[in-house]
Order: sequence, then structure tokens, then C-alpha cells
Amino acid sequence: MARPTTLRPAERARRAAGGGQRSAPGVILVPALIALAFLLIPLGGLIIRAPWTHAWEILTRDDALDALRLSLWTTTLATGISIVLGVPLAWLLARTDLPGLRWVRALVTLPLVLPPVVGGVALLLAFGRNGLLGRYLDQWFGITLPFTPAAVIMAQTFVAMPFLIITVEGALRSADAGYEEAAATLGAGRLTVFRRVTLPLLAPSLIAGAVLCWARALGEFGATITFAGSFPGRTQTMPISVYYALESDPDAAILLSLVMLLVSVLVLVGLRDRWLRVGASS
Amino acid sequence: MNSQSDKRVSVRTARAAAGAALLAVIAGACGVSTTDTTPEPSSGGYGGNITVLAAASLTETFTQIGKTFEADNPNAKVTFSFAASSALAEQIDSGAPADVFASASTKNMDTVVQAGHAADPTVFATNVLTIAVPAANPGKVTGLDSLTSRNVKTALCQPQVPCGVVAAEVATNAKVDITPVTLEPDVKSVLSKVTLGEVDAGLVYVTDARAAGDKVREIAIPAKFNASTDYPIATLKDSQNTDTAQGFVDAVLSDEGQKVLTEAGFGTP
Repeated sequence: MARPTTLRPAERARRAAGGGQRSAPGVILVPALIALAFLLIPLGGLIIRAPWTHAWEILTRDDALDALRLSLWTTTLATGISIVLGVPLAWLLARTDLPGLRWVRALVTLPLVLPPVVGGVALLLAFGRNGLLGRYLDQWFGITLPFTPAAVIMAQTFVAMPFLIITVEGALRSADAGYEEAAATLGAGRLTVFRRVTLPLLAPSLIAGAVLCWARALGEFGATITFAGSFPGRTQTMPISVYYALESDPDAAILLSLVMLLVSVLVLVGLRDRWLRVGASS
Repeated sequence: MNSQSDKRVSVRTARAAAGAALLAVIAGACGVSTTDTTPEPSSGGYGGNITVLAAASLTETFTQIGKTFEADNPNAKVTFSFAASSALAEQIDSGAPADVFASASTKNMDTVVQAGHAADPTVFATNVLTIAVPAANPGKVTGLDSLTSRNVKTALCQPQVPCGVVAAEVATNAKVDITPVTLEPDVKSVLSKVTLGEVDAGLVYVTDARAAGDKVREIAIPAKFNASTDYPIATLKDSQNTDTAQGFVDAVLSDEGQKVLTEAGFGTP
């Protein structure tokens, strides 16, 4: 997301002022190393404390597999929903001039800073059995959302979709609208332009946004446990499973954490390449 | 591009502010921790700060006992952390700075004692379960048998939390197969799902159902099926203020403390 090209002049200026020195002064080096250690030591702790000898046996237990399976399919669906609904919203935010759009944009990013538990309470009050809308879902269709995998997906979408929206919106803003205009001049309809020109231009950011969204959904805890509760195999996702396992089976908690750590590292490695390409293209 | 980067900056600023606020909270929490001790045993009164880790079901009663304790000992300050006993036991094992532990089950206290963090716990109360339903009883719950129906949404505690352990005992005693929709982190979470009307029934302690007042209705579990749990209390070995910690334990065991507990519906050991 960060575009190195825009930073370069500033960096050049800094280098000029600093006489191009390569070694960092102690005032910078010491806190930097403390920060690095602070971020890495806990991860090292997980790896050192992990019960490697019976890792396989713990990880292939039904409860661990249930949580992993549930987490994987719910986060994937939440990401899919975020793409289907979020990309059009991002387009609306970036390309139209509707009144009050500034406020809409602020509201869209709200879940990024909102404590997830608050999101869960809000979802419960909106879609719970006695909620604003949930009441009618229950009365008219007999549908109750809390404590179902659907509630897990809703909680994940609520907290994760903004990541996708702001990534895609940023890309839309910086993309050259000239291509779209050219296509339109050549007679392409608005939908064709969106499908054949806008989307392909967006692809790298869309993938980056989707991966971010997926990773955020995977880590979702607060909104999920508040809105969807916790039941093994149905609503107990990996992070919730880790939280409970710490009380009853710390070894399992450590191993499940390691699995999530591994997934996160894979996501980052995958994204790094993608991000570099995005940066280079702008 | 420009407004985009502006926005990014503003999000970062917000995050930085949130981080600063978090640090302030952490610093504040450290400030009231057990290290800040100035015991002033002037005229027999207790002083200094103590932290009491207590089972979620003790929220109302211990808060009240704590207030009385502070009123009797103006130099003392009691800070509570209420959560599932299993979670608290794990926190103590991980070195949480605290002075007193009050558990809703002897099992979690035993873990703490065996790990050498406490000694000689005293059982100060007992509790039994009840079925809490929303005031309107939307699930038409009449007893434990109702909880076996898939149409009745039931909340229980996690199986490792004391209220979950007792619930499993009750189910075994009554030979019913309860089908919960959610397993909550502690008994107060079960209760809140009932008061919000999101579930039709929850198995909670009688004291919790009573504390919720009009918001929930209580459907008693027959005594022959019910199971009870013991509440042990002990001072912690790592306490920086053992005098005041012991003083609080004595206050819980005192006639006045016991009166608070029995009025809330706890049984006497």
C-alpha cells in the first residue's frame, strides 16, 4: 500500500542532510532494537515452549481440526462477501461525487478502530433475536442468526471488509481514469468499462486487499465470541479455541497459536511480493 | 492521492492515540498493583492495596464485602478482577500479581495450591445451579427436560469453567442430554445471553439468577438432580501485602461477610 515512489524525494533530502551516513546513531539503534526484540521474543516463546514431541497428535485431534476447518471456510466466505459488496462500495467512494461521501468514508473505516467486542455488541443489538432487524427475521422467517456459523461470517465481514474497501479505494483513486475514459469514448458501456478496464487495473490491489481482509477475519475474536458465541465445530473459531485451550490444555493453545502464526507468515510472504509489484506499478 | 495519504495519516494518528491510551491504561493498572504497598497497621486497621481474583459468580457479594472492608479500614483499597475460576487459576500460574484468590471450585484452587502459589484454602460458601430463562420465557421452559429440545436455545459455561463442570454433573444426575447453542467463558456471560433474550435458557448459579432480578425467571432444578460446588478462598504466596490480604479473607469468613453471602443465596459450608 505504501508507495515508495512518493517517499523517495523525502528520503533523498534526508540522505543529503545526514551526509549519507549508513550506520545508525545509538539514540535510534537502541529503541529500534528494543522494539524488534519486543515484537520477536513472544513469537520465539511460542516456538520454544511448543510441545513438539506430541504436536501431531494434538493438532490432529477432532477439536483442533474442527476449529481450523471452521475458521478456514468462514473466513473465505467472509472475504468473498467483502469482495462482492466491498468493491462496489470502494468504487462509489472513489469515483462518485455524492453528497456526504466524506462521512460515509469515515463510517466505513470505523470498524478498523472500533474495539471488535463493541462491534459484536452492535451486531447483537441489530441482528440478535431481539435486535433491530433480527426481531423481524425471527418473527417472519423464523431465522435466528446468533450462535450460527452465519453469525461468525457476519462478525468477520464486519471487522474485515473495511480493509478491503480502503485498499481498493486507494488503488481506484491513484489509477489513471484516462483508460476508462478512452474505453468509454470508444463506445464501451459503463458496466463493460468496469469489467474490462477498471477491474483488471485493480487486480493487484484487490488481491492485496482480499488477503488482508482474509487475515483479519482469521484473527477475529471479540465480535465473534460476542455475537456468535462459542460452540465447538459450529462457532468456535481458531482464536476462540486458543483462548479456551489456554485454561484447560496450554499445550494445545501453544500449538494452535503456532498454526495461526504459520498462516500469518505465509500471508505476509505472499503479500510482500504482491505489494512490491503494486508499489512498482504506481 | 493526496486525500488518500491524508486519510492514511489520520488513521495512523488515531492508532497512535489508541496506543498511547493503552499504555496509559497499562501504566495505571501497574499503579494500582500489589507493588504499591504502604501497610499502616495503625490501631489494628489494615492498609495498602490488595488485588482479589474472584469467581465471576462472586461479583456482587465480593464487591459489597470489599466496600465494607474499605469503610472499616480507610487506608486499605481492594481491587477486584472477576472472571472464570479456571481463567483466574491460569493467570495466577502465569504470575499475575494478586493477593487473594476465591474460586468457585476446589479443583481450580487445588491447581493453584499444587503449583505452590497458595496454601490452606478455606471453603466459605457453596452454590447450586438453576435454570434462568428470560422473563417472558419464550422457550416455554418447564424444567431440565426442556433443555434437550433443539428448539430451546440453551447457553452453558465452557466445560472447564466451574459452572460448566456443575452443569455436566446436573445433566448426568438427571440423565438428560442438554444441547447447548453456545459455551460461554463464564457464568455472567451465560446470564447476559439470557437477559438479552438471545437464548431461551441458561444454567447459572441460583445466586446469579437472583442477582439479575426481574430480567430473568428462575426455574428450579429438583434437589435430587442438583449438584453443588464449594467456594474456597486463600491468600496468595506472592502477595506483597499478606496482612491486608488475610484481613480481607477474614472479612469474608466473618459473620458479616457470611451474612452478605447467604442473603445473596449462597449456601454455608
